[in-house]
Amino acid sequence: MPKDHGIGAANKRREDVRFLTGKGRYTDDININGQAYVHFLRSDVAHGKLTKVNTSAAEAAPGVLRVFTGKDFEGIGGLPCGWQVTDRHGNPMQEPAHPVLAQGKVRHVGDAIAAVVAESYAEARDAAELIELDIEELPAVIDMKAALADGAPKVHDDLTSNLCYDWGFVEENRDAVDQAIKGAHHVTTLELVNQRLVANPMEPRVAVGDYASHSDESTLYTTSQNPHVIRLLMGAFVLGIPEHKLRVVAPDVGGGFGSKIFHYAEEAFCTFAAKQLKRPVKWTSSRSEAFMTDAHGRDHVTKIELAMDAEGNFLALRTDTHANMGAYLSTFSTSVPTWLHGTLMAGNYKTPLIYVNVKAVFTNTVPVDAYRGAGRPEATFQLERVIDKAAREMGIDPVELRRKNFVTEFPYATPVAVEYDTGDYNATLDKALELADVSGFDARAAESAKNGKWRGLGMNCYIEACGIAPSALVGQLGARAGLYESATVRVNATGGLVVMTGSHSHGQGHETAFPQVIAEMIGIDESQVEIVHGDTANTPMGMGTYGSRSLAVGGSAMVRATEKIIAKAKKIAAHLMEASADDVELKDGAFSVAGTDKSVAWGDVCLAAYVPHNYPLDEIEPGLEETAFYDPANFTYPAGAYICEVEVDPDTGKVTVERFTAADDFGNVVNPMIVEGQVHGGLAQGIGQALLENCVYDENGQLVSASFMDYAMPRAADLPNFSVDHSCQTPCTHNPLGVKGCGEAGAIGSPPALVNAVVDALQRNGKDVKHIDMPLSPARVWAAMNG
Amino acid sequence: MYDFELVKPTTVEEAVAALSGDEAQPLGGGQTLIPTMKQRLAMPGTLVSTSGIASMKGVSASGGVLTVGGATTHGTVAAEAASSYPALAALAGGIGDPAVRNRGTVGGSLANNDPAACYPAGLLGSGGVVVTNTREIAADDFFQGMFTTALEEGELITAVKFNIPEKAAYAKFAQPASRFPLTAAFVAKTSDGVRVAITGASEEGVFRWTEAEEALSSNFSADAVDGLSVDADGMIGDIHGTPAYRAHLVKVMTKRAVTAAG
Ligand SMILES: Cc1cc2nc3c(=O)[nH]c(=O)nc-3n(C[C@H](O)[C@H](O)[C@H](O)COP(=O)(O)OP(=O)(O)OC[C@H]3O[C@@H](n4cnc5c(N)ncnc54)[C@H](O)[C@@H]3O)c2cc1C
Repeated sequence: MPKDHGIGAANKRREDVRFLTGKGRYTDDININGQAYVHFLRSDVAHGKLTKVNTSAAEAAPGVLRVFTGKDFEGIGGLPCGWQVTDRHGNPMQEPAHPVLAQGKVRHVGDAIAAVVAESYAEARDAAELIELDIEELPAVIDMKAALADGAPKVHDDLTSNLCYDWGFVEENRDAVDQAIKGAHHVTTLELVNQRLVANPMEPRVAVGDYASHSDESTLYTTSQNPHVIRLLMGAFVLGIPEHKLRVVAPDVGGGFGSKIFHYAEEAFCTFAAKQLKRPVKWTSSRSEAFMTDAHGRDHVTKIELAMDAEGNFLALRTDTHANMGAYLSTFSTSVPTWLHGTLMAGNYKTPLIYVNVKAVFTNTVPVDAYRGAGRPEATFQLERVIDKAAREMGIDPVELRRKNFVTEFPYATPVAVEYDTGDYNATLDKALELADVSGFDARAAESAKNGKWRGLGMNCYIEACGIAPSALVGQLGARAGLYESATVRVNATGGLVVMTGSHSHGQGHETAFPQVIAEMIGIDESQVEIVHGDTANTPMGMGTYGSRSLAVGGSAMVRATEKIIAKAKKIAAHLMEASADDVELKDGAFSVAGTDKSVAWGDVCLAAYVPHNYPLDEIEPGLEETAFYDPANFTYPAGAYICEVEVDPDTGKVTVERFTAADDFGNVVNPMIVEGQVHGGLAQGIGQALLENCVYDENGQLVSASFMDYAMPRAADLPNFSVDHSCQTPCTHNPLGVKGCGEAGAIGSPPALVNAVVDALQRNGKDVKHIDMPLSPARVWAAMNG
Repeated sequence: MYDFELVKPTTVEEAVAALSGDEAQPLGGGQTLIPTMKQRLAMPGTLVSTSGIASMKGVSASGGVLTVGGATTHGTVAAEAASSYPALAALAGGIGDPAVRNRGTVGGSLANNDPAACYPAGLLGSGGVVVTNTREIAADDFFQGMFTTALEEGELITAVKFNIPEKAAYAKFAQPASRFPLTAAFVAKTSDGVRVAITGASEEGVFRWTEAEEALSSNFSADAVDGLSVDADGMIGDIHGTPAYRAHLVKVMTKRAVTAAG
């Protein structure tokens, strides 16, 4: 029986009432008295020297308060990069300055040159057209390999080249891997592109800066997944404002998918300008601006080689990836192709030797950073594609080839520095095969053939690392931040709870799922628990929401804080019942003493804590409020198996996804409906990447796919009814909830299954197509078929 | 968007008078013009809305001709031409989404002559005339290349007359992002022969595929097109398809339209 309460109940999302009735309060809904508006003048060339920026006509235009240029930010810090990667030779990465407004040079289309603050948007925009601008256009570097060629134009003149780092992992394995590949029975090689994507959350970015001169306090309202991180980065590195004078608020946020993790120049600008002008300053991104300023995702070019013995046992894996950083290092950009990618190259398999080489490259394009899955989709895609190709080359069934190489004993230390605590890859694979009705495929393929369509079946497994991350470990790897999470649980006098968390919901349903955990622990109704997040002024320092970490890390902090609450409440209850705390039990919202009929209600204990008339004041303090910081011992490792069935129209190359099955092991599940929704969203994004989405620059660095007219988003009609299962559960062994994280799985696990299915459809119909790069647009599939 | 004046006349005469002003431009559903203005790529001084002109709205069929007022929305055509000219109604019903169809107009679509728009194929394929405030322009003379038509400055499309064929169908292959046609074919069979109009494919905009028309006039079946090929030269190439791909789709979509027409 599904539960109707607490952990495991499919509670409807309480926040949806607000969202669906138009009562959400997003950053753009914040309008402060006296607010001014900023419009950014952005570069329309990819690379150029700013020889003249004359703002005098703009300054004199109606309504203009002030025009800012790079000069105003000369003495001010740049946007910091949060992760320092050390290269193969032990040297730190090349780290260029990332100014708030361009200093002498523009480096991508959309780079901000000047900011006009005026009484209205229209006036700011009008005035921006009066800025006299001379840009001496320089040759742009767009292609990564060309950017690394000798004599290539440099994106940053003060760096030695366009190479950010050349990373080797595990460097000590390099020779052994080379040897193993040389001597292997068979090596399957695949070259592929994991294309650049634009996150496109429904809500574009917005920032409102405010300054209170009476208290010298700055406030930034922003569309962020992690307000504390923004406060730290912007306060400490950019503007030099101590935390106690800086408040960052991220109210309702309409989707992020990673793109709202990072600290952006517009946030720093609005905070800075508000203080300068003593006026609130607001910026709302247009969709066009979002395309050319939100950090993009993916953009890897990879060669992968898989060495096998005659039986198909994996012997060694070598990958060589170029990862596009864009023109500047966005906050977590450097970690994505390295520690979030290389560490996952073992996948679900016990390949003994692995070497990953990543060259991160500067180009005259928008910065690239984490996007749903961040590094793990790139790892999964290449691995699961090369395995599929290997299966064909070896004449082994792709399911069997995977099974043969599965990790089956846990914990398992991979050759790429992580330890899987638990898992059962055969279980999710069996489940997926069953749900996908693989045995009925032939009949369905025959039916498709009758309609002139080619049907194909593709599958893959995946593993990901979530619940980022053990602070000490990531510190060694170059992270410039800790990655714990925090929670303060405040019990009110009448028994209700407020939980203040450093996690941040931008669509995940925290306001529903988190109370289920606490309600379960105490035995009260979820309605008694309120979640507060998104405001540095009333939440403890926490690292925010990304990397499927909120329940695994943030939820664990909540459990720890609630445990402290319960321990203290038991002492109070013991006092009230004149018993020993050790004998007190908490069940269904009441405290009792084992073996007696003594009982005291949760609410009475809470009241006693705040009205301590009859209270052990010599032993414990009044009040019932506890904070916990939880630093995870390890990552969590959700895993699963995905199966996709497609139809290809041989006349046009159009692919339709007919069936999609996802069997995931997320460990314990707190709210199955939310988990299912997360998987659906992830699948939509993964299928979007595989079939539709493509961020394209031309050779001059103009963004060709700069609007929804050319950037194809997935729509409901592009997706089949998903078959989603999460009944295979191997609970995480090291967090108190046994949960693993489910937010990114769909996006990580689905692209290879889809591409494998299309290749399968073509192969079954006599087209010897080995690979097609994503997105598998009709034109590309047709070209591959007729190539 | 720059500042502009909006006038909302109720008669064609008032509209034409307003259009004679400096920098004045008709506004149909605004589904193309407004986004362009928002991006500051157009700065008309005055917009003359057609939406209040009753005589420019409505759908009627008589004597083998379907007359559609120039300010009639795609949604209205989809609903009201469904029995008199189902192929055209289906074309209108496949444009954009409900919001676009509730605003966008036949006059706006034809005047804009986007190389990937649907209506140009519908009109050129049907044969017929564009009626303006001053004259009638035959479909074959109206389209003059991408975004170019025979319309003069200030000339208003007041109605469009489509010849209703014996059989017709529109086969649209959607561009994955915009869902405009990547290539689409409108095929119409009349007692005089067959017309095949192709949109989305050519750098010259909508065109008649005369070889297919000839082949289909003697044998109205998809097979009749089999032996033909379309030259990729002059076809559009972009991130959604090469010229060769579009040339291929011209044939595929023509065959599908013929099959659908029955
Ligand atoms: C999301 C989206 C999807 C779309 N998908 C498709 C599609 O699949 N297929 C397709 O064909 N189109 C599509 N369109 C375009 C749509 O059909 C528009 O309605 C059409 O292009 C313009 O019509 P309008 O009435 O909105 O014209 P407007 O935008 O108002 O005007 C367009 C131009 O025509 C002029 N004009 C307007 N009315 C007249 C008139 N009566 N006489 C003379 N000139 C006039 C205007 O001055 C302007 O230059 C789409 C649009 C959107 C926004």
